[in-house]
Amino acid sequence: MNKTVNQKAWFFVIPVFVLVAFNAIIPLMTVVNYAFQETFGNNVFMWEGTRWFKQIMLSERFHASLGRQFLFTFIILFIQIPLGIAIALTMPKEGIGVPVCLVLMSMPLLIPWNVVGAMWNIFALPDIGFLGHSLNALGFDYNFTQQIGDAWFTTILMDVWHWTSLVVLLSYAGLRSIQPAYYQAAEIDGASRWAIFTKIELPKMKKVLTIAILLRFMDSFMIYTEPFVLTGGGPGNATAFLSIDLVKMALGQFDLGPAAAMSLIYFFIVLLVCWVFYTLMMRNEEKS
Amino acid sequence: MAKVTLKGLSHSYLKTQSSDADWAIRGVDIDWNDGGAYALLGPSGCGKTTLLNIISGLITPTKGDILFDDKVISGLSPVERNIAQIFQFPVIYDTMTVYDNLAFPLRNRKIPEEEIKVKVHEIAEMLELSSTLNNRASGLTADGKQKISLGRGLVRSDVNAIMFDEPLTVIDPHLKWILRSKLKELHQKINRTMIYVTHDQTEALTFADQVVVMHEGQIVQTGTPVDLFEKPKHTFVGYFIGSPGMNVLPCKIKGNDVIVNGKKIETHQEIKKNNFNKTEVGVRPEFISFSNEGIPVKVLSVSNTGRHKIVDTESETGKIKIIAKSNEDIPSGSAFLKFKKEYTYTYGDSWIIE
Repeated sequence: MNKTVNQKAWFFVIPVFVLVAFNAIIPLMTVVNYAFQETFGNNVFMWEGTRWFKQIMLSERFHASLGRQFLFTFIILFIQIPLGIAIALTMPKEGIGVPVCLVLMSMPLLIPWNVVGAMWNIFALPDIGFLGHSLNALGFDYNFTQQIGDAWFTTILMDVWHWTSLVVLLSYAGLRSIQPAYYQAAEIDGASRWAIFTKIELPKMKKVLTIAILLRFMDSFMIYTEPFVLTGGGPGNATAFLSIDLVKMALGQFDLGPAAAMSLIYFFIVLLVCWVFYTLMMRNEEKS
Repeated sequence: MAKVTLKGLSHSYLKTQSSDADWAIRGVDIDWNDGGAYALLGPSGCGKTTLLNIISGLITPTKGDILFDDKVISGLSPVERNIAQIFQFPVIYDTMTVYDNLAFPLRNRKIPEEEIKVKVHEIAEMLELSSTLNNRASGLTADGKQKISLGRGLVRSDVNAIMFDEPLTVIDPHLKWILRSKLKELHQKINRTMIYVTHDQTEALTFADQVVVMHEGQIVQTGTPVDLFEKPKHTFVGYFIGSPGMNVLPCKIKGNDVIVNGKKIETHQEIKKNNFNKTEVGVRPEFISFSNEGIPVKVLSVSNTGRHKIVDTESETGKIKIIAKSNEDIPSGSAFLKFKKEYTYTYGDSWIIE
């Protein structure tokens, strides 16, 4: 079928374009502006070229927070994706259990991020928090405000609690869309449960899992509010992920130039990883 | 290979059943010989897929027994029954190659790789898949994929029966013809019991030696394609098979006489009893001709299909279709019809009176 060419249709794009310009493009351009110049306020700018970029790329502080960021993201992906799939596989397929499970699963997703941080902060307090107190009562020396391992453990546990549901819901949707004939054919072909999982369920879930991994990668890579409320990046800099470090640099130290350069590098890393991942996952889709 | 017997099989998807309508299938008895080609024919929702899934073991029937070679196998799983089934939509394992797809049922049964290789190549040859064996199965067209499903069913040489659940639904018409003759050819070659479910009379009549016609969960007739055409045992078989279907007209029975529209007509059977709520006469359009006397009708329209003419007429108690030769002169306005005695049957409460 031939599509009608109608250049007037561009007018319909204008409102969106204006909106996006104001909430994304213009602020981003301001950041670009800061990244190449030095300012002492009063709207006075001096050209610095790529100086801030070099400074950030060579800074050990940036390397450290980038490293922490990747480590955190890999750990939570490594836990949340398999756990999410496993929960989705065990969820009921019909009856009253379906809505009950779906609602329960959605609960953590509905809680505002700073509330999640505050909840877990109180929950994990070593003296009065349920989790912290119980762990100490069981004989573990647990204190997330002072010990690095405990701080990481708590942050990861919080993120798993908050976001695994998203993976569950996406996987569940993917599983439900598999035609019953596939299971029946597998049964007749004598496939084991493991073969059904690897040869039917996983391939059929590929698209939703790609989305799930992308979303979880982006969100966890940009995580700010929850660890900020929970640990404030501490103890020391132990849980200062990229965004926490960035805010410290921009608003704490008021190093606007390096902070702007760091934002852009940060942005390109997210973009690059997403693009590479998506291209790899989808490279065989065109053919089929 | 096995003889398939079904005894008093009934199934309901509901927990409790209060009326006949609650049963998906009811009171089904079937005897199918080893190595035969059978078709289950009926409209959507008549229970034919349910029946097929009961035979393959995907559904446990509410009542009744399934026997393979006179051994009850009702409690066994599909794997233990050792059957193959091909579904309406092609089921392939996307991530595997065509070869791996065909080898899958054998590998699951721990057959040595050498033997698998021979078997897969043999089946691929039969289905003309040899050139694509190393391709990823997901890249194939719908009929290619359905051939793989078919191949996975045929690759095991020891299966008791191969079942087809409307396997040609998603296939293009011109390929349908090819695949259908392929199936027939395969059946002659490997001589295994094949059961074919369809709502398409052409598919059923060309594929099977014996056709089972189902209607509202019951078997209404079992027979060869010729039986079903020439002597429908139920009015449903009459109008479901044939194009156009059988004419069914209300009639009155007085003693031994059958009266349609006030005229006495001759039918195949001798009427011995008359204790029905509803009596009808059925005659196929092929067995009606214009005459100087008989049932008075008004000719409504004539459509020429090329091979023959289909004439629509109206009698006092309903429409009658007639198939006439394409060179025959069709009277216009009023006319009289004569039914061929040998192919005119009387039905009581929809069942043939015998």
